[in-house]
Amino acid sequence: MLELCAVTAGYDRARPVVRDVSLRVEAGEAVGLLGPSGCGKSTLARVAALLHRPDAGTVVLDGRPVSGYRHRATPAERTAYGVVFQQPRLSADPRLRLADLITEPLRATGRRTEAPTRLAELAPTVGLSSDLLSRRPHEVSDGQLQRACLARALVLRPRWLICDEMTAMLDASTTAALVAVVEDYRRESGAGLLAVGHDRVLLERWCDRTVGWGELGSSGAGG
Amino acid sequence: MTTPPAPPAAPVLSVRDLSVRFRMRGGRHVAAVTDVSFDLAPGQCLALVGESGCGKSVLASALLGLLPGNAQTAGTAHLDGTELLTASERELSRSVRGRRIGLVPQSPAAHLTPVRTVRAQLEETVRELTGTPKHALRAAAEQAAARAAFPADHLDRHPHELSGGLAQRAATALALVGDAPLLLADEPTTGLDRDLVDRTVDELRRHIDAPGGTGGVGTGGVGTPGDTGGVGRALLMITHDLAAAERIADRVAVMYAGRIVELAEAADFFGAPGPRHPYARGLLDALPDRAFTPIPGMPPELGDLPPGCAFAARCDRATDRCTSVVPALTDGAACHHPPGTPGEPVAAVREGAAGA
Repeated sequence: MLELCAVTAGYDRARPVVRDVSLRVEAGEAVGLLGPSGCGKSTLARVAALLHRPDAGTVVLDGRPVSGYRHRATPAERTAYGVVFQQPRLSADPRLRLADLITEPLRATGRRTEAPTRLAELAPTVGLSSDLLSRRPHEVSDGQLQRACLARALVLRPRWLICDEMTAMLDASTTAALVAVVEDYRRESGAGLLAVGHDRVLLERWCDRTVGWGELGSSGAGG
Repeated sequence: MTTPPAPPAAPVLSVRDLSVRFRMRGGRHVAAVTDVSFDLAPGQCLALVGESGCGKSVLASALLGLLPGNAQTAGTAHLDGTELLTASERELSRSVRGRRIGLVPQSPAAHLTPVRTVRAQLEETVRELTGTPKHALRAAAEQAAARAAFPADHLDRHPHELSGGLAQRAATALALVGDAPLLLADEPTTGLDRDLVDRTVDELRRHIDAPGGTGGVGTGGVGTPGDTGGVGRALLMITHDLAAAERIADRVAVMYAGRIVELAEAADFFGAPGPRHPYARGLLDALPDRAFTPIPGMPPELGDLPPGCAFAARCDRATDRCTSVVPALTDGAACHHPPGTPGEPVAAVREGAAGA
């Protein structure tokens, strides 16, 4: 279970963008978090993924409060997550070929020997040909790069997926394809999902339940 | 250009067999746009839809004369008597961009000058495009902001102090200053949330429905060339957002691998009888409020297109003919097996489909 307990977070302590918000995602559950742009939902997603230290409140991961955020999180905590961001261009190292981009988490965790096998499994799953795998980000389209970013998020077999507006830049067919990849992975692995977005139709179709930003209060909307 | 509205209004923009090739290293060519033809009448919105990398934005750049140096163009694009593809840079910059084609950009926050206030940018644009005298500039800029529903109390802000929606309105206000008969919107809603998308396209629709040359901006030098003569503007909207296209468009052009594969009335396309080209059908079926199933496979590389129909590799009805002959756009669809032909699913026959 992934629990956010009374989280207050932001970039200026005097003006937090997330105030006293609680949210719970059960193991294997898919929760959609719906809100307008600028409401703070991406900040909350970053806290949930341990990428942003909240001013107050805690994140409880599988029953234990996390030990820290960003580099202070333990390797086991960090690798429990796969994260996909809205803009693939900003979340991909322009120097890496897609094959290296996808397997970077394996190298970072000292498991580089698994790279060829995992790459061979994941590339067809996300629909990347070997020709595309040898290219660098500027040589592929947004949709193709987001496919690689999704593969990178799955490469460590995370128990939790955080998708922050994963499909906002993509056309309808690529959106449907990437959501299908996430759902196939969840069915096979039992991973939980927090999908953040502003498209109600998409999140309601995709997730088990959808929570509106306005419904999140101190009492918690997780249930 | 000031003829009163007559039933089949003369098109504002008439594109015929437009092709764009990029010369690459090693003598390779990338066929970004191939044989595109369409007409766009005043008061009409044509939505050009397709996935990223299909050539939509290259088409827009070609119309504005903003292609990079390694591009070669063929075909014609007439804008009210001017041939855009062969026009000189001098003519494009002095009489076309901003004056006869208003560009509503993708990512307005990046389009605006970051170090200057919205007011400064509007005043400069009004001065350059309408010749409004200095003492009237302030009022004219405020009027220009009001046309795009940009709040006057935000005029002294810099772009980074604006929300996505307000930045979009500021960019739209700039695009409208010149009273151009053609508006070109390149992915104007990318990254905006649904409410903002609806508001943005509704506002764009309002600007094409409104009679052109509405007195426009400022007190001096208005109603000048570029007056659309009370017929309304034409809008070419490039988007991958089908919901936005459905909300605003009169006609829809679907682009795939650089070609227009379907050109249809929006009501027919989104309602009954639906799209005729299998790619367009797949695109609609991928929507979360429809089947939510992706089209299998990925589009071909524009630098390495197959000899026949570019969609054949992903199409469940492809035959030998599909993989060897490029289908022509006939009766609104470029397909060897459109619905209604023997052995194919039947669709209602449409008379006088909006073909090219």
